[in-house]
Amino acid sequence: MEPIKLLTIDYTILIAYVAFVIGIGWALSRYMKTSADFLTSARSIPTWVTGLAFISANLGALELVGMAASGAKYGISTAHFYWLGAIPAMIFLAVFMMPFYYGSKARSVPEYLKMRFDERVRALNSVAFAVMTIFASGISMNALAKLLNQLLGWNYDLALWICSGVVLMYVLKGGLTSAIYTEVLQFFMIVLGFAPVVYLGLKDVGGWGAMNHSLQGVAVEEAASKGTEYAANAWTSAWQPLLAGPAHNPMGVDLFAMVFGLGFVLSFGYWCTNFLVVQRAMAAKNMAAARNTPLVAAVPKMFFPFLVIVPGMIAVALTAMPSKDYRIPPPVISQENYSRAIVEVKSANPADLVAGVEAVESALGEKVDAKKLASLIADNAKGGLTDTQIKTGIYNSIAAYDYDGVILSLVKKYCPPGLLGLALTALLASFMSGMAGNVTAFNTVFTYDLYQAYFVKNQTDKHYFWAGKVVTVAGIILSIAAAYFASMYNNAMDIIQLVFGFVNAPLFATFLLGMFWKRTTGTGAFLGLFLGICGSALFHALTIATGNLPGVKGGYLGVLHVFPSEMAQNFWLASFAFIVCFAATVAISFATKSQKTDEDLTGLVYSLTPKIKPGDVPFYLQPGVVGVVLLIACLIMNFLFW
Amino acid sequence: MGLDIRWPIGLMFTLIGVLLTGYGVFKAADSVSLGLNINMIWGIVLLVFGSLMLLGAIRGKNEKS
Repeated sequence: MEPIKLLTIDYTILIAYVAFVIGIGWALSRYMKTSADFLTSARSIPTWVTGLAFISANLGALELVGMAASGAKYGISTAHFYWLGAIPAMIFLAVFMMPFYYGSKARSVPEYLKMRFDERVRALNSVAFAVMTIFASGISMNALAKLLNQLLGWNYDLALWICSGVVLMYVLKGGLTSAIYTEVLQFFMIVLGFAPVVYLGLKDVGGWGAMNHSLQGVAVEEAASKGTEYAANAWTSAWQPLLAGPAHNPMGVDLFAMVFGLGFVLSFGYWCTNFLVVQRAMAAKNMAAARNTPLVAAVPKMFFPFLVIVPGMIAVALTAMPSKDYRIPPPVISQENYSRAIVEVKSANPADLVAGVEAVESALGEKVDAKKLASLIADNAKGGLTDTQIKTGIYNSIAAYDYDGVILSLVKKYCPPGLLGLALTALLASFMSGMAGNVTAFNTVFTYDLYQAYFVKNQTDKHYFWAGKVVTVAGIILSIAAAYFASMYNNAMDIIQLVFGFVNAPLFATFLLGMFWKRTTGTGAFLGLFLGICGSALFHALTIATGNLPGVKGGYLGVLHVFPSEMAQNFWLASFAFIVCFAATVAISFATKSQKTDEDLTGLVYSLTPKIKPGDVPFYLQPGVVGVVLLIACLIMNFLFW
Repeated sequence: MGLDIRWPIGLMFTLIGVLLTGYGVFKAADSVSLGLNINMIWGIVLLVFGSLMLLGAIRGKNEKS
């Protein structure tokens, strides 16, 4: 994408935001007296704050960029990641699981696993989680520094270190509370920074109806030109293309994979067991507030698709309207290649357009739309266009789309100086709070579940308070290292993320059995989890998605099954891993003896825990009732975009 | 925790609201998108949001004392 020029007003807004987050850290630092204050917020935060932080911790910048990209690639079906793949799991966490997390007084998810099972399960989970958070934060910081480099022309190293330095300043001062507070600030920044872009985009495209009309045209055109079996509503209906089968929806996913793989295994595995989000609810001031946290979060979550997915749909609709002078940006191409391509256009012989197109393609290093480029060459031969005109023509004829550039290209198109600063600050804010969220989850798990559990036991709280601070600094430095690693070894990063996919896929089976079946033993849980991880790795090694070559994308031990898309492969992998882990855990639990008495398990397992009395909470505010109301609202959303 | 988060949210959005509205008024020609002075419009929205947050923070403080 072309660089963006920021003016004083934009920088003023950016600096104001940074000043405020650092200020929050300083204001909170005088309340940080114990390790619990620093690492767990001493369970003191009101519900609406933890609720907004709960979704905000998940709404990283990569999510923001990625959801707009998916909106462009898959249309409104992307909302399944919200209405099917988030809301039900969040309600389940609130109603059924939070009482055990909060009631057990565990300080982290791995610590709950230790209480419920044994040290082995905790060690496996905490090590995997600690490594994963560092890489997640590194990936996000690398993306941020790259973006600032490409977009604003900042120096990569400088951008990386300055942004990490800002995060360090406020997290080190105010700990988890700082991270949660800035997440809430970021939530409002994102909503208020991107809402005008969505509004202007919809206005430009001619409203919701006109956008859908244009998208239907795109689907029909795709079916005609590429031989796909998309119906006209492939981008505009969430369920109908899915019900028609994998060949009829752009995701290439079948109903079972979507509902069981995404809606159950992946969604519940993420929202109910990932300490990054669960930690926000555990910081709430009492049990009722902790249970309400995911419910409060579910309300804005339900409407997020309009903020993050619709921009992608607008971009596709606009691209199909020639009068709008917009295209989804092509991949980034160097100035040098453009210059060489311009020379080729000028020297091309209008009588031999095929050779001309080929010459331009090899100069650019990208495929182009032959028809568009041929007419550019013809125009130039007739009139002698300027270099700028030729460059625009080449830009518009590049065939590939860089979907990740969608959201920024819209921001650039619609935001005048001022509003531009606000939208970019919102993006920057979500990158930085993504790092803060990961680092605050990392320091808690590392300090309590690894350092205190295995390295230095039985020290004073003051010792762990300081350890927490040192771990925070170490976490930031490791994240920076991970960012450099990500920038240098793209492929290695893919493999690492793949491995985490294997580790996470079966996890929910362990929690489900642990919480709801008291017979589950520690050995059953540990070996079940281990076999589930092996199962997902094996599944990956034996399957592949259409169009991929055996290797990092799977199939390296042979190909037993070919999936229509990578997404389908992922969803089926998760389903398979879950079933393996579930079955193995049950079987091994029957074969082994539990080391825990019923007394040990009180407060940790559903059947052995006294039901929470509603107290003086009116019935319409009880989590169960609110949960049902939210589920109905979610059903209505699905129905509206049927 | 002792800090009411409505203070920083309210102060920050009020400040940004004032900045955007001011820019929209004094640099009206540079603030237009699709025929709307979007800086002024959105600046006012942010200003209202920020003020409401501040109002909440003030009420919260009075209730405590």
